[in-house]
Amino acid sequence: MAGLHKSDFPNPVINWIDTRLPVFTLMQKEYGTFPTPKNFNYFWNFGALAVVALMIMIVTGIFLAMNYTPNVTMAFDSVERIMRDVNYGWLIRYVHMNGASMFFIVVYIHIFRGLYYGSYKAPRELLWMIGVVLLLLMMATAFMGYVLPWGQMSYWGATVITNLFSAVPAVGPGIVTWLWGGFSVDNPTLNRFFSLHYLLPFVIVGVLFLHVAALHITGSNNPLGIEVKSPQDTLPFHPYYTVKDSVGVCVFLLIWAALVFFYPNYLGHVDNYTPANPLATPADVVPEWYFLPFYAILRSVPNKLGGVSMMFGSILVLFVLPWLDTSPVRSCRFRPIYRQLIWVLVVDVLLLGTVGAHPPEGIWVVIGRVCTSYYFLHFLVVLPFLGKLERPLPLPESISRPVIPRGGGPLPGAAPAKPMGKP
Amino acid sequence: MRGLSLPAATLLALCGLAGPARAQESQTPPLVHQHWSFDGILGTFDNAAAQRGFMVYQQVCSACHSMKQMYYRNLTGIGLNDDEIKAIAGSVQVPGPLDENGAPTERPGLPSDHFKSPFANDTAARAANGGALPPDQSVLEKAREGGADYIFAVLTGYSDAPAGMKMQQGMNYNRFFPGNQIAMPQPLHGNDVTYTDGTPSSLDQEAHDVTTFLAFAANPELNGRHQMGVKVVLFLAFLTGLTYAVKRKIWADVH
Repeated sequence: MAGLHKSDFPNPVINWIDTRLPVFTLMQKEYGTFPTPKNFNYFWNFGALAVVALMIMIVTGIFLAMNYTPNVTMAFDSVERIMRDVNYGWLIRYVHMNGASMFFIVVYIHIFRGLYYGSYKAPRELLWMIGVVLLLLMMATAFMGYVLPWGQMSYWGATVITNLFSAVPAVGPGIVTWLWGGFSVDNPTLNRFFSLHYLLPFVIVGVLFLHVAALHITGSNNPLGIEVKSPQDTLPFHPYYTVKDSVGVCVFLLIWAALVFFYPNYLGHVDNYTPANPLATPADVVPEWYFLPFYAILRSVPNKLGGVSMMFGSILVLFVLPWLDTSPVRSCRFRPIYRQLIWVLVVDVLLLGTVGAHPPEGIWVVIGRVCTSYYFLHFLVVLPFLGKLERPLPLPESISRPVIPRGGGPLPGAAPAKPMGKP
Repeated sequence: MRGLSLPAATLLALCGLAGPARAQESQTPPLVHQHWSFDGILGTFDNAAAQRGFMVYQQVCSACHSMKQMYYRNLTGIGLNDDEIKAIAGSVQVPGPLDENGAPTERPGLPSDHFKSPFANDTAARAANGGALPPDQSVLEKAREGGADYIFAVLTGYSDAPAGMKMQQGMNYNRFFPGNQIAMPQPLHGNDVTYTDGTPSSLDQEAHDVTTFLAFAANPELNGRHQMGVKVVLFLAFLTGLTYAVKRKIWADVH
């Protein structure tokens, strides 16, 4: 049987398939026996949680699309019809609507995990950069999805965000008209946003595949930030991490369910229950909470092009993060100064979120500008220099022997970076 | 926001509380939280209150406000029976099929009809209301910051304008309306309807009842949602415990 894959699965059907298309071998290798560092904490759940969120979003989204009408005169009513007349339509929609928030929460924590434990450093640069692409795709998808119910915030959010492209010199206004498919946000805009909102999640699935593929080449980082040295440092992914991820998934679904069933509109904006009206601007156009920090950066710069550049720059800077951080040590546990400064960044971003929720007046402008400056300072100045100045603590010899043989290295178990309580 | 400490303010941002920013512009007092039967995770609509509220809607609000997302058949959700609903729907005339000459006809409403709107279109509604458009009330409870508390507050927040306040032509003073000037004249004064169940129709009672009905109209799924939610959350809590126990067992031999 030349050319066939060698399989020794006892089940004859599985064996027959696997010799011809070794998907079972692949799963076994990548999710069964896959050697995984044994010292993950619960922060390492969040990648799996993001995948669960994506799957639920796609499934609920498909059912919503069966009942939604992408036309400016019918979109709002069709969403209300889903809420009222489609069997369990309210459940599907509230899961989807709150799912966007849940997805962003886990992805933001996932990103924080990467920052804290230096998961972006060699050899995982490409893995990290693919992750930033995923974030951008997610943002585009979420933005366009928010437009679909065609409420006031949908309409005016779409107007504000698409108008950002008019800041591009010379071709800006042309780009905006092209994006709109007309001379204002209107039916063509809604149609194409619906089409793209349906398309992009599948693009995300494709890029996610690359993300996971890259991860399985380099292997996972871990809380100590040191490479796996021997089989003693690892555990097979199954059952150890399948069960640990399952615990996280249960808690994740519990929180999500509590939002959906008891506070379904808590994270949303009331104005989106008023149908879109091009003649009446809401008192204050604000994006969904997960965009607030970027919105704050946008509004902190008095120049439109400057603001737009800074806003996109705040994410683009993450692409070059692996080269901005010059420290050879990955994990914050062994970087005494950076371990403090990363919390400054966290507070900075949370503050930016607060600023984004307020009209740009008075003290909020000042706070917004200070926080925006610090955000870029952190990545462009602090990280490159700190790597050279900071004296890292001695690294443990290996994951399975974390205690430093002679003298006072820290016990990882006793390290103050007890992460779950913080964010 | 100003009284909050920095970390607390940042935590608020994490929760996505965009709300507090909006109250600054007008001089409206903070909303008083009323007791609602549909509050909390176990709340359900008080059908008697919602039915009285529907009476208020029908006899007062519906003179100007549409409720386009509602069908008469939805009234089963507040405990009306089929005959009552047929009678309510049958009391209005709605557009029927074209007759053999192609001319429009009218027929009595059916439970499968939408609530009849008071005006043919928004322009007619504005024309009859001094230029102001009475908002559709289907999801009003979800479309206002403060929800039911806000609606109750506006309904009971009318008074004479304070001395020195310059009111615009045709506007009415309301403590709780943003900007304090509202185009809608005071809709409820007390004793606007005679409740069939003998409940005294004071202003507070009417406002409370009609707000309950509006909350029902905006969240007709609420009773079932809360019921299912309790089951789902209990199940997931149990599953979390079970999964954690399995995890402990599997990891027991890892050092």
